[in-house]
Amino acid sequence: MSLNQFLEHAISPWMKKDGIESDIVLSSRIRLARNMNAFTFPILSSKEEAYTASQYIKEALASTQTNALGNAEMLTMDEMKTNDKRILVEKHLISPHLAEQSKHGAVLLSEDESVSIMVNEEDHIRIQVLTAGFDLDHTYQAASSLDDWMESHLTYAYDRQYGYLTSCPTNVGTGMRASVMMHLPALAITQQLQRILPAINQLGLVVRGIYGEGSEALGNLFQISNQMTLGKSEQDIIEDLQGVVKQLIQQERAARGSLLDHSHLKLTDRVHRSLGVLSHSHIIDSKEATRRLSDLRLGIDLGMIEGISASILNELMIVTQPGFLQRYAETVLSPEQRDERRATLIRERLKLEYTNK
Amino acid sequence: MRQATLHFTKIINGKKTEMHVCEHCAREKGEAIPGTDSFSIHHLFSGLFHTDDSNATQRDQNTKAELKCPNCGLSYEKFLHIGRFGCASCYETYSTRLSSVFRRVHGGNSKHGGKIPKRIGETIQIEQRIEEMRAMLNEHIQKEEFEKAAELRDEIRALTKQKDIPREGEEEG
Repeated sequence: MSLNQFLEHAISPWMKKDGIESDIVLSSRIRLARNMNAFTFPILSSKEEAYTASQYIKEALASTQTNALGNAEMLTMDEMKTNDKRILVEKHLISPHLAEQSKHGAVLLSEDESVSIMVNEEDHIRIQVLTAGFDLDHTYQAASSLDDWMESHLTYAYDRQYGYLTSCPTNVGTGMRASVMMHLPALAITQQLQRILPAINQLGLVVRGIYGEGSEALGNLFQISNQMTLGKSEQDIIEDLQGVVKQLIQQERAARGSLLDHSHLKLTDRVHRSLGVLSHSHIIDSKEATRRLSDLRLGIDLGMIEGISASILNELMIVTQPGFLQRYAETVLSPEQRDERRATLIRERLKLEYTNK
Repeated sequence: MRQATLHFTKIINGKKTEMHVCEHCAREKGEAIPGTDSFSIHHLFSGLFHTDDSNATQRDQNTKAELKCPNCGLSYEKFLHIGRFGCASCYETYSTRLSSVFRRVHGGNSKHGGKIPKRIGETIQIEQRIEEMRAMLNEHIQKEEFEKAAELRDEIRALTKQKDIPREGEEEG
């Protein structure tokens, strides 16, 4: 079953590659929002029209495959089980909206999972490209090439004044959301984020936590993206984001250096304590798990812990989410059962790391 | 003078721009930036339109409240409520109200400055060229330079034909 290749592994193939500055920037992402001129936008369309639009786009996608996607797979939301869709959301391959609310939604996934082309999301087409580490330029080039390829087959809704016409006014213009996912544990530990993050908002960027409710950032993981899509060129948007991210990288490195210089013993204890908890717990909730995994990743990056691969944070962050837990268990789990299952998975995964070395 | 928290330097086409933001100003202004929560975004957006309305006369309000997109049927009232467009034509239907709203949502911008789709871009370039030539044509007629005017008229016809012919193999969409 082709769907299984995307469900069986928590970590996407592209995530295993070492990226630029990847001890701090886990991934770069470009998302492009596009609509077709001839059809009502998905949010307002009837099911019949949504079906027609979906078929039209799917046929365009199928008519000529592009090498960039490898052996791409088209998945239709209506044909997928709820929990399988949940896993794709947890892997960030599809959006919650596509999984839960779309009419005749679909996604074309590249073999390495770095590309998702969502059909009938809030807009007719959402092109998403993910890259390991800090590499917005190449990520944008890939997304733009796919965009050109699709536009050669489909007539986009476009206006000279307003650019690419989107369902939501916050996406109009370039239709581009550029973002990076950053792991900033030292800035969090040294209490500097409370000052830094509001300053980033001032520059027209948005910072939000991953895997947390509201503004809480579990695992010290933050997504930083552009807020504005209209007026600036794609290149300007990317350059602004790059400038801020470079500053954050510098500040995180400085904070890590400061911790090593002034709090070496405390940091060592914290890191190894978390490794101990993760290695031996039999019950752990997702909040504690992500906090401990962040400590573990920091310890790995600082050379305090050896024999465990750096990508384990990415992998375990995803595999300890409810969808994956339930897939492995092949049943619906209560919160208590999930906490037990989560602890078991983490223990076994860490044991596997030691066994493999 | 407060100490700046974040220093950001941008160099574009050789021109250097520096931004220094202190945390106090950032916190104050940061609150004015729309959050990423979809609920609050759209209610904020609806609020922007309502704010716009408060400056209109009662008669204008009544007229605009009856606005409805001829293509998808989205009414202005529903547009305000859901905060989203229904189709490409909505942008034209509600065009008189969009620039000021986009300026607020997009940091003062209301005109696209980015990528142009290749196929549409070709059409746009031809249209611009035709407009330029029409202006020149009128100028030649004013000066009674009828030979030049005739030449331009023929070129305009050729470009118009080129613009309207579907590309070979292109599906009508």
